[in-house]
Amino acid sequence: MDILNAIVTFLNFVVIPATAYGAQLALGALGATLVYGILRFSNFAQGDTMAFGTMVTIFATWALQAVGVSFGPLPTALLALPVGIAVTAVLLLGTDRLVYRFYRKQKAAPTILVIVSLGVMFVMNGITRLFIGVEDRDFGDGERFVFTAGEFKRWSGLDEGMALRTSQAVTVITAIIVVAWLFWFLQKTRTGKSMRAFSDNEDLALLSGINPNHVVNVTWVIVAALATIAGVLYGLDKSFKPFTYFQLLLPIFAAAVVGGLGNPLGAIAGGFLVAFSEVFVTYAWKKVLGYLVPPEMAPENLIQLLSTDYKLAVSFFILIIVLLFMPTGLFKGKSG
Amino acid sequence: MNKRNLLLFGMVAALYVATGVFQSWNLAFNILNLGLLSAIMALGVNMQWGYAGLFNTGIMGFAALGGLAVVLTSSAPVPEGWAAGGWGIMAGLAFGVVVIVAGTQIYQRMAKGRARNLALFVVLVGGFFAYRAIFDPAVSAVESFNPATAGNMGGLGLPSILAWPLGGFLAALAAWAVGKICLGLRSDYLAIATLGIAEIIIIVLKNEDWLARGVKNIIDLPRPWPVPYEVNLQKSAAFLDWAARYGFDPVTASSILVKLLYILVFGIVLAVVVWMSELALKSPWGRMMRSIRDNEVAAEAMGKDVTRRHLQVFVIGSAVVGFAGAMMTSMDGQLTPGTYNPLRFTFLIWVMVIVGGSGNNWGAVLGGLLIGWLWLIVESLGPGVMSLVTTGMGDGWLRDHLIESAPHMRLLSLGVILLLVLRFSPRGLIPEK
Amino acid sequence: MRFCTFGRVMRQPFLIGEAMTGGYGSSDILHGCTIAVEKGEIAVIVGPNGAGKSTAMKAVFGMLPLRAGQVRLDGEDITALSPQDRVAKGMAFVPQTSNIFTSLTVQENLEMGAFLRRDEIKGTMAQVFDLFPILKEKRYQAAGELSGGQRQQVAVGRALMTQPKVLMLDEPTAGVSPIVMDELFDRIIEVARSGISILMVEQNARQALEIADKGYVLVQGANRFTDTGRALMEDPEVRRSFLGG
Repeated sequence: MDILNAIVTFLNFVVIPATAYGAQLALGALGATLVYGILRFSNFAQGDTMAFGTMVTIFATWALQAVGVSFGPLPTALLALPVGIAVTAVLLLGTDRLVYRFYRKQKAAPTILVIVSLGVMFVMNGITRLFIGVEDRDFGDGERFVFTAGEFKRWSGLDEGMALRTSQAVTVITAIIVVAWLFWFLQKTRTGKSMRAFSDNEDLALLSGINPNHVVNVTWVIVAALATIAGVLYGLDKSFKPFTYFQLLLPIFAAAVVGGLGNPLGAIAGGFLVAFSEVFVTYAWKKVLGYLVPPEMAPENLIQLLSTDYKLAVSFFILIIVLLFMPTGLFKGKSG
Repeated sequence: MNKRNLLLFGMVAALYVATGVFQSWNLAFNILNLGLLSAIMALGVNMQWGYAGLFNTGIMGFAALGGLAVVLTSSAPVPEGWAAGGWGIMAGLAFGVVVIVAGTQIYQRMAKGRARNLALFVVLVGGFFAYRAIFDPAVSAVESFNPATAGNMGGLGLPSILAWPLGGFLAALAAWAVGKICLGLRSDYLAIATLGIAEIIIIVLKNEDWLARGVKNIIDLPRPWPVPYEVNLQKSAAFLDWAARYGFDPVTASSILVKLLYILVFGIVLAVVVWMSELALKSPWGRMMRSIRDNEVAAEAMGKDVTRRHLQVFVIGSAVVGFAGAMMTSMDGQLTPGTYNPLRFTFLIWVMVIVGGSGNNWGAVLGGLLIGWLWLIVESLGPGVMSLVTTGMGDGWLRDHLIESAPHMRLLSLGVILLLVLRFSPRGLIPEK
Repeated sequence: MRFCTFGRVMRQPFLIGEAMTGGYGSSDILHGCTIAVEKGEIAVIVGPNGAGKSTAMKAVFGMLPLRAGQVRLDGEDITALSPQDRVAKGMAFVPQTSNIFTSLTVQENLEMGAFLRRDEIKGTMAQVFDLFPILKEKRYQAAGELSGGQRQQVAVGRALMTQPKVLMLDEPTAGVSPIVMDELFDRIIEVARSGISILMVEQNARQALEIADKGYVLVQGANRFTDTGRALMEDPEVRRSFLGG
């Protein structure tokens, strides 16, 4: 039994990637859940908002790189983030003004808003593809690794190595900062509390004099920030291709539903739950088990519950389970 | 049909005629065929939306199931592949169903508590591993047989037309499963779940080679009766005589004749679906469905089982989509999982339904024909038009980029059209009566 | 010579909804109904189910469009003002249901109540805590976790945070136990004593009229009996029809 090697393999191939992915999903799901809680519809354009925000950040990154600006070991994209967030915020505020506000005034049914968001999604998708094309874009720079597998092996003397990519470390740290700020904002500031009140009981909030337009605008700006950051982190970690962001819709919604739609804490928990489930189910456990059991019992085949192509099936399965047994989610969001 | 609607249909017909005259009849009839198929799918979706207010974002999956039915029914049998593992696969799948049913029974019949949770865990987890033990070896056996040209279970080699109802049935099954879980909950959940099921279906088709060869694609699907192959027509003396008599070039004529036959077949199916939809709409069932949609709370108070009605509509509408998907694959003669993308199916059909007139069957047909024409015409004319528009610009990166961008412009403009219609004319071209 | 007119002009009630006629759609619910309350007084609206009690109060608050009639606060005509604007003028409304932010803490509920105020609210919050000591104990607990009676206290406290001149309560004791109801009524009397006018719709007519300075019995959207609480309770006809003898 070689526990240390087993642990290192487990950390390297399961825990680290799942944590990074979970952080990205959590940020995406936070955006979706905020829109649901305050604007009361499922925003199908969430994935493509992330793509748009990442696209603007990529352009800004290229511009910065062209004039020789860099961020040392960290990706230059982080410096370009504010630009991406600003432009995306303008886009979302504009979309709200031009598209969604009309239906809010009419008190249209939520389904109508979802269909409208489908239209918005395709417009955003079209714009993104128009400007940046459909191919893979790699926009990361700076140090690629915090420490490589080789360095780890030399340090530890173990057979198995563990690598930590800069993008993964940046993802987790950025996510912690963003989430901490968001919770401080929602719990301690007047505007944040008014947003929670508005999400909790809209009529009473209006009666208390809370300005609905103000709440909505602040929500869209925060969603723009969350979506852009999530999209950039995902793009740095994997790579940028507009179609992949559409596919993130399912895991993001699964995460938001699992946690309870409208509940920010739930979105974060849901993001990690979905990410870890996806990785656990699609990982080939042969190596880890090989370190844990005596050689005679070592497994021959990969011990992979589902192939990696079926990642989306995991989110879907989780979604179905939640809908069957706890539609309001783990943290009791809104379901009606 | 009143004058206004006749005029609208007339204008759409004129578009098709203009395409035939100014470009080619081949193109026009090809577009018409796809327009007819899209119109049928739009009818199915319109049923779900117009009668029950259900937002189905998984159209692509149901259409793909239709295509799968064509493969299973009419593609050539692969006896060795089937012998190697066909029964094993069937047994594995049946076992899987048994495990799920057992699980549901345990959940429903046992009292809440530790014993039930334990039983569920044992049955589901144990069942999963047992299923894999049966299923996996059978799959590798099938897939290892002649993977270059086969590697799948093979079909039944039956006439393609029989596949169409099967396509509807498969889609209905999937719809029933999803509907049973999601209907009765908030409407957004159905949208998300149908998005998921469609993606899953496509993933399965792409990865399970034993089923339909995955991304290696299945070609050589036989033509549905009564449509002949062009090469056969060109060899037939009777046809050549007829072509010579009217001065038609045999190759073009055979191509056009084939398309016309498809138009006839699809047109008949469309007519039947429209007729049945109109009957349903005017029937007591249809009136009840719409009264439920207009005031669900009141309907429930009156004792109507809203969820069951919604499930009925959801299943029937999806079956129609599956049927049309089967016809589409029959006409294509091949199943290519990669062509099923959400834009071309889900999104486009929704634009058709909304623009044409949600809740109105004729509106759905009009939308299908109109938007179908628009979508395909832009595909063929787009780059040309864009070249023309940018002749002023010097040759360069921007111009090339813009010309290449025609497909994205198509997407963008359809999105804008959808938003404009939803905002300014939400009832569509032919509103619900 | 009509000296009665003189009387009406000289003694203006602090808040009055006069001859209100209106409804939600094409049919009227209120027919020339008049409700008024003096400064520091408790006015109670009672009547059978469907009499339009809540509707009358909502009309005073501006949640019902009026075809005819006027609403005046401290002499000022506020008939055209929206409910939010009336809150700014010093009216506070506690709905019957859904009247607290369940996912916010008790203290946050009170803070939201004072949302429109830009000045220091600690003093007012201390007053509310004095009035409802249990809320101070549970100030950091989520309001949705409290018992029914305590939630009503949060709802009333929230409304008091604007330092209103008039407090309107829609069936505040609906669904609470008799002991809690007595406690609630005691608090309401205390609030009135501090100079805030109270307008209250109540289903528990007998107990409500006991504390009422003025009582309005509404039937089918119109005034049937109007008098002091005590007088109404002693009126045999009122007792027979609405108080169970």
